[in-house]
Amino acid sequence: MRGFESHPYIPNSVPDIQAEMLKEIGMTSLEELHKNVPELLKLKNDMNIPEAFGSEYELKRHVERVLSKDTDCHKNINFLGAGCWQHYVPAICDEINGKGEFLTAYGGEPYNDEGRFQALFEYESMVAELVDMDVVNVPTMDWSQAAATTVRMAQRITGRSVILVPEYIDQEKKKAMENYAECCMKFETVKCDSMGHIDLDDLKTKINADTIGVYFENPNYLGVIEPNGQKISDMIHEAGGLSLVGVDPISLGVLATPPSYGADIVCGDLQPLGIHMNYGGGQSGFMATRDEEKFVMEFPSRLFGIAPTSEPGEYGFGDVAYDRTSFGHHREHGKEYVGTQSALWGITAGVYLATMGPQGMEEVGKIIMANAQYAAKRLSQIPCVKVNPFGSVFFKEFVVDFTATGKTVAEVNKALLAKGIFGGKDLSKDFPALNQSALYCVTEIHTKEDIDTLAAALTEVLK
Amino acid sequence: MKRIDRSSKVRTGFHQAKWDEPIIYELSTPGERGILVGQPEKAIAEEVKGVSAIPAGMARNTKLNLPEMSQSRVLRHYSRLAQQTLGADVNIEIGQGTCTVKYSPKVNDQLANLIREYHPLQDESTVQGILQIFHETDKYMCEISGMDRFSLQPSGGSQGIMTMASVIRAYFKDKGEDRDEIITTIYSHPSDAAAPAVAGFKIIYLQPDPKTGVPDLEQLKAVSGPRTAGYIVANPEDTGVYNSHVKEFVDHIHSIGGLCAYDQANANGLLGVTRARDAGFDMCFFNLHKTFSTPHGCGGPACGATGVQKDLVKYLPAPLVGFDGKKYFLDYETVSNPCAVGKVREWYGVAPVVLKAYCWIRSLGPNGLYQVAKTAVLNNNYMFKKLMELPEVSAYYEDGNNQRVEQARYSLEKLTKETGIGTLDIQRRMMDFGMHYWTSHHPFYLPEPMTLEPTETPSKKDIDEYIETLKYVFKEAHENPETIKTAPHRSVTHQVDESGMDDQATWALSWKTYLKKYTE
Amino acid sequence: MKKIGLIVNPIAGMGGSVGLKGTDNTAAEAFRRGAIPRAGDRAKSALSELLPIKEELFIYTCPGSMGGDIAEELGFRTVVKPEASDGAAKAAPVDAGVLPDPLSKTSAADTKSLAEWLLENKVDLILFAGGDGTARDVYQAVELSACCVGIPAGVKIHSPVYAKNPKAAGLLALLWLTGKVSMTQEEEVLDIDEEQYRKEQINTRLYGYLKVPKERSFTQNRKAPTPLSDAAAIDSIAYEAVRQMEPDTFYIIGAGTTTRGVMEILGLKNTLIGVDLVYNKKLVANDLGGSELLSLIKGKRTKLVVTITGGQGYLFGRGNQQLTPDVIREVGKENIIILATKTKLAALSGQPLLVDTYDEGLNHSLCGYYRVIAGCGETIVCKVSDN
Repeated sequence: MRGFESHPYIPNSVPDIQAEMLKEIGMTSLEELHKNVPELLKLKNDMNIPEAFGSEYELKRHVERVLSKDTDCHKNINFLGAGCWQHYVPAICDEINGKGEFLTAYGGEPYNDEGRFQALFEYESMVAELVDMDVVNVPTMDWSQAAATTVRMAQRITGRSVILVPEYIDQEKKKAMENYAECCMKFETVKCDSMGHIDLDDLKTKINADTIGVYFENPNYLGVIEPNGQKISDMIHEAGGLSLVGVDPISLGVLATPPSYGADIVCGDLQPLGIHMNYGGGQSGFMATRDEEKFVMEFPSRLFGIAPTSEPGEYGFGDVAYDRTSFGHHREHGKEYVGTQSALWGITAGVYLATMGPQGMEEVGKIIMANAQYAAKRLSQIPCVKVNPFGSVFFKEFVVDFTATGKTVAEVNKALLAKGIFGGKDLSKDFPALNQSALYCVTEIHTKEDIDTLAAALTEVLK
Repeated sequence: MKRIDRSSKVRTGFHQAKWDEPIIYELSTPGERGILVGQPEKAIAEEVKGVSAIPAGMARNTKLNLPEMSQSRVLRHYSRLAQQTLGADVNIEIGQGTCTVKYSPKVNDQLANLIREYHPLQDESTVQGILQIFHETDKYMCEISGMDRFSLQPSGGSQGIMTMASVIRAYFKDKGEDRDEIITTIYSHPSDAAAPAVAGFKIIYLQPDPKTGVPDLEQLKAVSGPRTAGYIVANPEDTGVYNSHVKEFVDHIHSIGGLCAYDQANANGLLGVTRARDAGFDMCFFNLHKTFSTPHGCGGPACGATGVQKDLVKYLPAPLVGFDGKKYFLDYETVSNPCAVGKVREWYGVAPVVLKAYCWIRSLGPNGLYQVAKTAVLNNNYMFKKLMELPEVSAYYEDGNNQRVEQARYSLEKLTKETGIGTLDIQRRMMDFGMHYWTSHHPFYLPEPMTLEPTETPSKKDIDEYIETLKYVFKEAHENPETIKTAPHRSVTHQVDESGMDDQATWALSWKTYLKKYTE
Repeated sequence: MKKIGLIVNPIAGMGGSVGLKGTDNTAAEAFRRGAIPRAGDRAKSALSELLPIKEELFIYTCPGSMGGDIAEELGFRTVVKPEASDGAAKAAPVDAGVLPDPLSKTSAADTKSLAEWLLENKVDLILFAGGDGTARDVYQAVELSACCVGIPAGVKIHSPVYAKNPKAAGLLALLWLTGKVSMTQEEEVLDIDEEQYRKEQINTRLYGYLKVPKERSFTQNRKAPTPLSDAAAIDSIAYEAVRQMEPDTFYIIGAGTTTRGVMEILGLKNTLIGVDLVYNKKLVANDLGGSELLSLIKGKRTKLVVTITGGQGYLFGRGNQQLTPDVIREVGKENIIILATKTKLAALSGQPLLVDTYDEGLNHSLCGYYRVIAGCGETIVCKVSDN
């Protein structure tokens, strides 16, 4: 027999049981199964995959040994962000998303998976409060997917063909958006001004009757707070387009909510809300709109709603607007697909928001702003280092320009790494106009000591 | 005292945990806190403006309405909601047909915690271990499928299909050919049509022959031609029936210049038995959260690993994970073709899921994978035989030669005719015994469908229990249909009144809109 | 208060029990053979489901066996059709073996006149018990102007306007009357030629449509996009068909709700059970007969838009006899455009679509594979067969 006698993951590998079951179906060997697979297509050779470990312990040792080559943000001081950010993850978040019932549930009904439905309804409710909207979807893959869906929703609503995106946007996010939406819209870039804000004059020349809307972020990719949200929304609304805003949810304890400056659809990433970075595996996207049919009917995602049951006093849940089909759907080849995305992170974000409460969200925003400003101030004291070249107010992330130091970001980061510091993301490839700049991320996890250590290290490196 | 009679094979005394848990906002008490966050360090606060620097109009001006709860109360609430969820850890997972819900080993979850604090932009020298795991997993996937390279970036099955459709689009863009039609089959997953449609393709569905359950080649030939970009199909399809002529289909599509993509969401019964590339497919995807055991997480995070043959590698999303003999690296070069897909998801995919799948493969080895497939198919055929003995159960495409692979779609039409109880009623009643049960995608192509998939995970005893429970419910359908019509009775909630869910005036998508609409 | 109309065809179903294949025109024979009327019991079983809301209901019906007896027996508040006191009332009571003379002759007319009276009284729902013949009678009076639920009580039940069983009919009525179901759907009224049926030939054809409540299932579809509702699917199909329309080409629009979608998108008047002609998205004529049609398209570039009618997957020969073999030959096989919702095709489980004009040579030449438009940018390959 190929394989194991009694593998712990395969109960019916017990030889007697297997024989009994084979007998029941009139067979004597496992080889008689797969009889409809033609001989020609059957794999004759062994797959070149290592033989199984002999014990669970061996597996554990092996993986630990492989990963022991690595180091991480816990063992070093990390200033990388750029779409995946290091925040404090309350222990309760890991506790809840590690519960086997949530971890291993999938597609049950609202009766036997009631907890999954309720937890996701509560997540929708809390994120709706956070962004000041009414309706939030069961989470999608990541911010890129959420932004891509946002622009497609807007396309269906407006029936138009050009989407405007700012110059300073995550270039990888833009690629994902383009791949997802290229068949039904064109992407046009709006310049940013010397402050790092959207250039309103350039925007004005680019908005016309074909414009679906403008997608912008707050804070933007380079950490700058966009102060002209209302003006941008007014301009696009006047032309009959939509204001689409991407947002970092952890900023919303202190920063204005997008609807307060005219946003029609809000999207963003839930990862800052209690989800570990996981080497980029913690991303989880959301979209949010007002409770208007025009918007709700365009969500491709599942939307869980609350409803009565046949038992008085009992909460029930289910999928709202079962048949979400609009004229736009007909025009653009039906609906977008849904499928397995990142529901567990949605539940986790809910746990985070409930744990933080209004006060916690405000406090974390305050600490992030203070720490980031302090870091900018400290680094700006280093000769030839230009911090925040835009001179704008920023949240959590800011640009550090090393051009005048004569060193490349790559060189600087290599030297920092030797000192146990992960320097900011190198922007020189994505935005050549910014020369040798890096994007530094400072959050509530950074102490004064961490920041001072960075400043000292940089001073030394750049000497 | 007498010996307690616990001989019943059916859990008639089951009741799911039901805490009557309020909505979290109802548990809020102003002033309570779930966690201490702290304040900016004093030395820092003295030196900076902090939030007072926020530009005019950009500070939050509305009160943030979140629950205010002490930590133990948050924990208790969510622990109760967890108990009100029927995860795979607590039930016999046979009923979620097509979902391949199998055992997710705990050691793998534990090991995945080791990479929690990795940032995706860390220097390559600091992540050689996790890159090795990506690279090795890519190689294992290639061995299992016969493909030449995998991208682990797609983070769900549908995104995997979207990636395949995007590769097809990139290939023809590069060749300068204008082809806009994708052919699939009715019994493939709905996303095999929906995702290419999102990518801009027109969709042509082949229908199964009413006798064999798979389309015939003539049908394919009649509708394929110079506009055909690709053929995207599952095999076995959701019925569990395997198309033996798959290679002829693929050959035909190749003969007219199209590409063939294999939806391997149903691969659990094929590991080590037959491979996508050997049937000529140009690309395929696997769900690591299904076939390769990683937990489903209520619906993600997940991975739809997508592999292609060598001529198409250059179109995959960036980056791949390469190995130059000494070190592992993020390879943007190989996929720098201007027509390449670019990106489908941020970063490199869901790393913990990749790591867990790697661990699972290493726990089984090549022979173990083969044994998984054989056992899953054995379990399914055992179950098929036992269920077909019941007068209430029938199956289409059953000529004695159509051996099911890893799952099967049955029909309860006989039961419905006799009792008026349909498959949706049975689904709700099975919950009263702690069991999942699935019907089929809509619209129902076969009358009163029931789709079951015992993977390699359940034991014979488990399978027998599932069958006994079905028998018990069928008996009820004859004797006491009312109980079934009004089910569930012992699940978490009773029948949901969905009458308000399709109208904006009445639906309630968040607690705040519920209160707005339903406060006197 | 809600008003509910009740129509019981008291002789429905009697033929079956005594080996007749229907009761249309054969009630006397059925009585002679000793058939026992069961329609009343079936209607009672359905009505019983409404007892919980008895206090909020008025039942409008005829006295006696056409509904009044049952309604009163169950204790419903009843309003009876005034002039019916002699006409149909004579029908009651009906006993086995004794044929009340006027019954067999007047039942169809009585059904129609009762249905008309119910419309005048603006009832919230019409509940009717009978078979395909009864549904046809109700359709003639009601068309799409009221919501109906059919209680299956006849020998022939091909029309999907009927619920699965009487209890299900009652439950559906209850959901509709209590507002738990608010969507409706147009379902086909089908019937067979009874003369042929008694000769073992089953040929159903489409006679019309009735509006029935559409129930949302108690369970959810998961991990896949929710399927389109029938109405949305028809819109989507129509949008695609219109998008593909070519200029300076005649379009013959066949019978049925799916093809009607095309006319609705174009904003043109439509004949539901008939054939219309369109040119450059403008109406040429409604409700054409075969020879008129032929003279209009002769020698012109023409396409023919049809859907499946008649319940068994027929493209031609069931309810669209205006599309004569001459018309179809003139159009040409390659110019036939077939529209069908996925739901409708799914109900055929992959069985081929059928053609049955009286020209066997034509039938044979129409066989082959077709791409049926099933949605925006979506086609389903269907085999067309002549047997």
